[in-house]
Amino acid sequence: MRIYVCVKHVPDTAANINIVNDTGYDRQVKYVANPYDEYGVEEAVTLVEKAGEGEVIAVCVGNETSANTLKSVMAMGVHRSILVKTDEQFSSSALIAKALAKVIEEDGSGDLIFMGKQSVDSEGMQTPYRLGAELNLPVVTGVVNFSLEGSKTIVQREIDGGARESLSMGTPCIIGATKGLNEPRFPKLPAILKAKKKEIKIIEISSLEIVDDAGCRLKKLEPVKERSNARILEGTTEDIVNSLVKILREEEKVI
Amino acid sequence: MSKIGVFIETADQKIKKSVLGIIFAASRGGDVVGFVLDGLASKYKKSLEEYGVTELVNLTASGIEFSKYPEAAGEALAQGVKAFGVAALLGVSSPIGNDLLARTAIALKAPLALDCMDVDFTDNSVKKSHFSGKAIATIEMTASPFVCGIRPNSFDAVQKPVTCNLIDHNLTVSTEGAITITSVDKKGSGQKDLTEANVIITGGRPIGSSENFALLEDCAKILDAAVGASRAAVDSGYAPHSMQVGQTGKIVSPKLYIGCGLSGSVQHFAGMKTSKVIVAINTDKDAPIFSKSDYGIIGDLFEVVPALTKALQK
Ligand SMILES: Cc1cc2nc3c(=O)[nH]c(=O)nc-3n(C[C@H](O)[C@H](O)[C@H](O)COP(=O)(O)OP(=O)(O)OC[C@H]3O[C@@H](n4cnc5c(N)ncnc54)[C@H](O)[C@@H]3O)c2cc1C
Repeated sequence: MRIYVCVKHVPDTAANINIVNDTGYDRQVKYVANPYDEYGVEEAVTLVEKAGEGEVIAVCVGNETSANTLKSVMAMGVHRSILVKTDEQFSSSALIAKALAKVIEEDGSGDLIFMGKQSVDSEGMQTPYRLGAELNLPVVTGVVNFSLEGSKTIVQREIDGGARESLSMGTPCIIGATKGLNEPRFPKLPAILKAKKKEIKIIEISSLEIVDDAGCRLKKLEPVKERSNARILEGTTEDIVNSLVKILREEEKVI
Repeated sequence: MSKIGVFIETADQKIKKSVLGIIFAASRGGDVVGFVLDGLASKYKKSLEEYGVTELVNLTASGIEFSKYPEAAGEALAQGVKAFGVAALLGVSSPIGNDLLARTAIALKAPLALDCMDVDFTDNSVKKSHFSGKAIATIEMTASPFVCGIRPNSFDAVQKPVTCNLIDHNLTVSTEGAITITSVDKKGSGQKDLTEANVIITGGRPIGSSENFALLEDCAKILDAAVGASRAAVDSGYAPHSMQVGQTGKIVSPKLYIGCGLSGSVQHFAGMKTSKVIVAINTDKDAPIFSKSDYGIIGDLFEVVPALTKALQK
């Protein structure tokens, strides 16, 4: 069994983001593996462990420091990695999907491809679909349950109001993972040390000769104005809730 | 005048509430063409013409139930976009909406932006969250047509009565070897849908048990609200994941959000900071949530929530 996992090197969701030059941000922040991708990594590694054979290969499009993210997923059990190097802060989903498709095809085809349903930096939610189009493979994202049954892949995803859909598709296929699929492991020290010796193959994005035909571009990035301090309601509990109800009904008119 | 398409998402033969706001958003860019996939366009025509849909397209493909074949559904919408010459296709960024809009964009080789808070047809740009709600990105769609999913509750519905032209459009799509939806398990459902709700009341870690959520449900009943949970409450087993609000849960944008026993984490706020009014109930006067909310109540949720329920009944 050969499984590819696509991982993105993203700022920690708790990091402060300082915007510079309209469309960039200060990259001197803590970076992590995109949290959704970790569910994909965990699923892939568990599958190969259970099968007792096979290989999990991580693929990342990012800058040089993305190697740290690749090391962290190799510590989780990924066997080797490919880093497509680019210095762009925001590459389009179309471009990333093309780069992933090219290196996966060159490396040898996989039985499955796992990725996160979205990245937490640009929140695009579409790279799995675009990779599916490039590789001509079926895609389901938002996956909370996964199993293989013969030549079919069976997945579940959550739809409105807590209902769950089961879907069946051919294998190989692309899975966009989300929370609920599994509990990603915390690697122990021996695994972290072992990961340092695992291979990271670096490919310059320019060598892939990709034409970016995304049809969109980031024009501007602005910080979101946070609310200032809340108006604290005071008095007895009864006074407080009565005045809140009054405010919500009469001033805010939201109930 | 150009035309803007809207995917009329339905559930149980009803138009999803947030579709009406999206029709308004679309109407700012041209005449609105609605696309229906469940074959029941004639049933929806009357309510849609109240809101300004001038053409309503009943997309059908002999014998194919689009609700079972997401790829065929995306292909059908793409063919609709081409046949009716719309400059953009808008829809609700719901789980199903996002999936079908993405498949449509792929079939059209068109640019796509999901979970947008705004769309501007003067320069074909959209606004959407980056970095868990810490930044807003303006993205220019340079190719036409483009596809755009809108976060529910970003636009209010605005009545604009017109006469709507109902059009049956039969297509040929293939479902050979396609992804198939084999079953829907509604066991966990029956909850009021968080993303469509006007009011949400959420419990955090201190709620302490699944039984204690009844406290919030009592209050929610009076407010016609949906009940949410923080990740800490979900991970402690007090609530199902489908109730989780935040970065790794649902993104919501209600008129009123009442957070009970929430610390105010970045990741939770990533999912609800676009709410119109935020009320925080927390025992700790220094809790970070008080610096990110509109109204604060320093107090024990087990006391404040029942009192609030009572006050609302008056
Ligand atoms: C990648 C990532 C993704 C995440 N995604 C999400 C997400 O989607 N959603 C989410 O919610 N979190 C998410 N988190 C977790 C998030 O960081 C916080 O840990 C979590 O939101 C905390 O939940 P809480 O506010 O319920 O609990 P706590 O942080 O424990 O806060 C409880 C608060 O309740 C107050 N309190 C205690 N007792 C009472 C009482 N009786 N009455 C009133 N107040 C009381 C306390 O003062 C405290 O402020 C994510 C984290 C990461 C790293």
